[in-house]
Amino acid sequence: MSYFRAENLSLHFGGLKAVDAVSFAVEKGEILSIIGPNGAGKSSIFNLISRIYRPTSGRIFFEDQDITEEAPYDIAKLGIARTFQNIELFENATVLSNLLVGRHRHSTTQLWQELLFLPSVRANEKVHRRRVEQVIEFLDLEPYRDKLISGLPYGVRKVIELARALCSEPKLILLDEPSSGLNVEETDDMSFWIRDLKNELGVTVLMVEHDMSLVNRVSDRVIALNYGRVLAMGSPAEVQQHPDVVAAYLGA
Amino acid sequence: MRFMFKTDYEDDIKLFPHSGYIVTYGVLLALLLIAPHVLSSYLMSQLVFVCIYAIVGVALLILTGFTGQASLGHAAFLAIGAYTAAYLQKYNVPFPVYFLAAGLLTGIIGAMVGFPALRLTGIYLVIATISFALIVEEILARWESVTHGNEGMRVKALSLLGVTVPRDSPTFYYLCLAVLVLTIVGTLNLLRSPTGRAFVAIRDSETAARSMGVNVALYKVKSFAISAAITGFAGVLFAHKLSFISPEMFTLQLSIEFIIVILIGGTFSLHGAVLGAIFIVMIDPFLTYLKDDMPGIIAGIAAAFGAGTTTAGNIQANVAAFASLNGLKGAIYGIIIVLFVLFEPLGLYGRWLKIKLFFQLFPLYKRATFKRQKIYVKSERNR
Repeated sequence: MSYFRAENLSLHFGGLKAVDAVSFAVEKGEILSIIGPNGAGKSSIFNLISRIYRPTSGRIFFEDQDITEEAPYDIAKLGIARTFQNIELFENATVLSNLLVGRHRHSTTQLWQELLFLPSVRANEKVHRRRVEQVIEFLDLEPYRDKLISGLPYGVRKVIELARALCSEPKLILLDEPSSGLNVEETDDMSFWIRDLKNELGVTVLMVEHDMSLVNRVSDRVIALNYGRVLAMGSPAEVQQHPDVVAAYLGA
Repeated sequence: MRFMFKTDYEDDIKLFPHSGYIVTYGVLLALLLIAPHVLSSYLMSQLVFVCIYAIVGVALLILTGFTGQASLGHAAFLAIGAYTAAYLQKYNVPFPVYFLAAGLLTGIIGAMVGFPALRLTGIYLVIATISFALIVEEILARWESVTHGNEGMRVKALSLLGVTVPRDSPTFYYLCLAVLVLTIVGTLNLLRSPTGRAFVAIRDSETAARSMGVNVALYKVKSFAISAAITGFAGVLFAHKLSFISPEMFTLQLSIEFIIVILIGGTFSLHGAVLGAIFIVMIDPFLTYLKDDMPGIIAGIAAAFGAGTTTAGNIQANVAAFASLNGLKGAIYGIIIVLFVLFEPLGLYGRWLKIKLFFQLFPLYKRATFKRQKIYVKSERNR
C-alpha cells in the first residue's frame, strides 16, 4: 500500500475537465514533482487534496485512510500541510504569529482556559514557541521574527510560507511552485531546503514546479500532466525524454 | 529609545513587555481610581459612559478588528443585554446572576447570528447585521408582555451583596471600570493564545487559515459569540446607568457610534477602543457647546469685522438655525468617519504611535516612515 494515493481523481467545471481521471501514488519519504504546461491541472490537484475543491469523482487516500470526504481544516490535522502559488500569508501579523498559526493543529487548550491564560496555556505557548524556533533556525528566518509580513520582500515571504507549513509538523507537504518569483540564489537555497526536508525531517514532499533545474535536482520521481491527464511518470530524465511530454511543451 | 533584549520566550508572552508599561498603566489606574474624588459629577457620569462604550468597543474589535467580520448590529446585542437585566430584575434575581445571564443569552444569540453570517463577507455581512438589529428593535417594540413595548422599562438601582449602588455613585463607576479592565485583560489573553491567532488568520486569509487546520466556521461563530457576550455585559451596565430603557435607544445610530469608536480609535489595538470611546462620549457635550455658543461667537466675529448690528443679528439667527437642524449630528459623524478613513486609517492610537516614534527617533524621523504603500485588494480567490 502506498503512503499517499490518488485514484481516478477528476475535477470538472461544466464541460472543462481540469483534472481527468488522474491516478498516482507517493511513497513515504520521497519527493514527487508534478510538471506540466499552464492549465494542465497541477494546482487543481493540490486544491483537491487540500479540499478547497470537491472532486467530481475519484478517491484520495493518505496512510490507508480515505480522506476524500474530510473537512478542509481536518486535512491539516491529518498531517498534510501546503504552501500556495500566490503567497497566502497573514499580511497584518508578525512573522512569529504567522508561524504560530501553523501550530494550530497542535493546540489543545480550551477557550475559557485561554481567557484566563492559565498556566497550562502558558506552558503550551512555550512548547509551540520552541517548535517554531526550530523551524526558524532551520530556514534562517531569525532576522524577521517580529517583522510584519506586509513589509517583507517576496523572496522572504516565500520562505515564511514554507516555514508556516513546517511548523505544523506535517508528514506530507504540498509545495505549490516553491521557486516561482525567486532569483537564482534563492532558488538554490530552496532546493537545499527541500532536500533537507526529506533527509533531515523525513517529510514526504509533493511539489508542483516549473523550474526544470530545480525539479531535476530534488525530485525522486516526476509526473507530467497535460489537459488534466497524466502523460508520463518516472525519473526526471525519463519523463523529460518522453515523446508526449516533449510534444506538450514544444508542440508536435 | 529602549532596546529590548529578549532572553526567554516568556518575554514575548508577557502582558507588560517592560517596567515602563507597569509604571504607565499603574499611574493611569491610580488616576482612574481617584477620579471620583476629583472630577465633577457630570464628568464622572461621562466617564462611566466611556467605560461602557469602551467595553463595547473591545467587543467590536474582537469581531471586526481581529476577525475581520464587520457588524452594524451591536446596538441590538447591547439591547438584549439591557432588556435581560431589566426583565430578570423584575423577578428579584440578584445582580451577579442576571449580569452573567445577560452575557450568556447575548452570547448564544450572537452565535446564532454568526451561523447565517458564515457565508457572507464584507458589505453583505454588514447588511445582514443591520437587518438583525432592525429585527431586534422591532421585537423590543412589539413583544409588550416582556419588554413593555415603546413605553420602555424602568431599571432599579442595582444592589450588590445587599448594598444599593446608585447609578451616579463612585461604586457604580468602579464596577464599570472593573468590568472594562477584566474585558481588556481577557481579550489580551485571548489574543496571545491560539484562538486569537486563529481570528487574525481568518481576517487575513481564510484559505490559508483553513489549510493550517483552523475550522473557519467554528472560529467565526466563536468570535461572534464572544463579541456579543461582552456587549451583553455592557448592556447590563448601560441599562443601570440610564435607569430607563426603551427600543428607540438602540437604533442603527448607536451601532454606527460603536463602529466610529473603533474606526477613530484604531482597529489594530485595544487602545483604540478606549480612545474611540473617549472621543465619542466627549463629542456630544462638545456639539452641544457649539450649538449654544457658536452663533454668538460667529456674530461677535462678524461684528468685529465691521458688520452692523442687524447683519450680525441675522448671522447669529442663521447659524443658530443651522446648528439646530435635524440630523446634523449624523452628518458630523459621517464627515468624521470619512476624514479618518482617508487621512488616518490607523486611528487615534496610530497617530499616537507616530508621535511617540517621532520623539523616540527625534532628529532622525523621516516623513516617509509611515507613507502608505499602494495596496491592491487581493482578488477573492477560492470563494
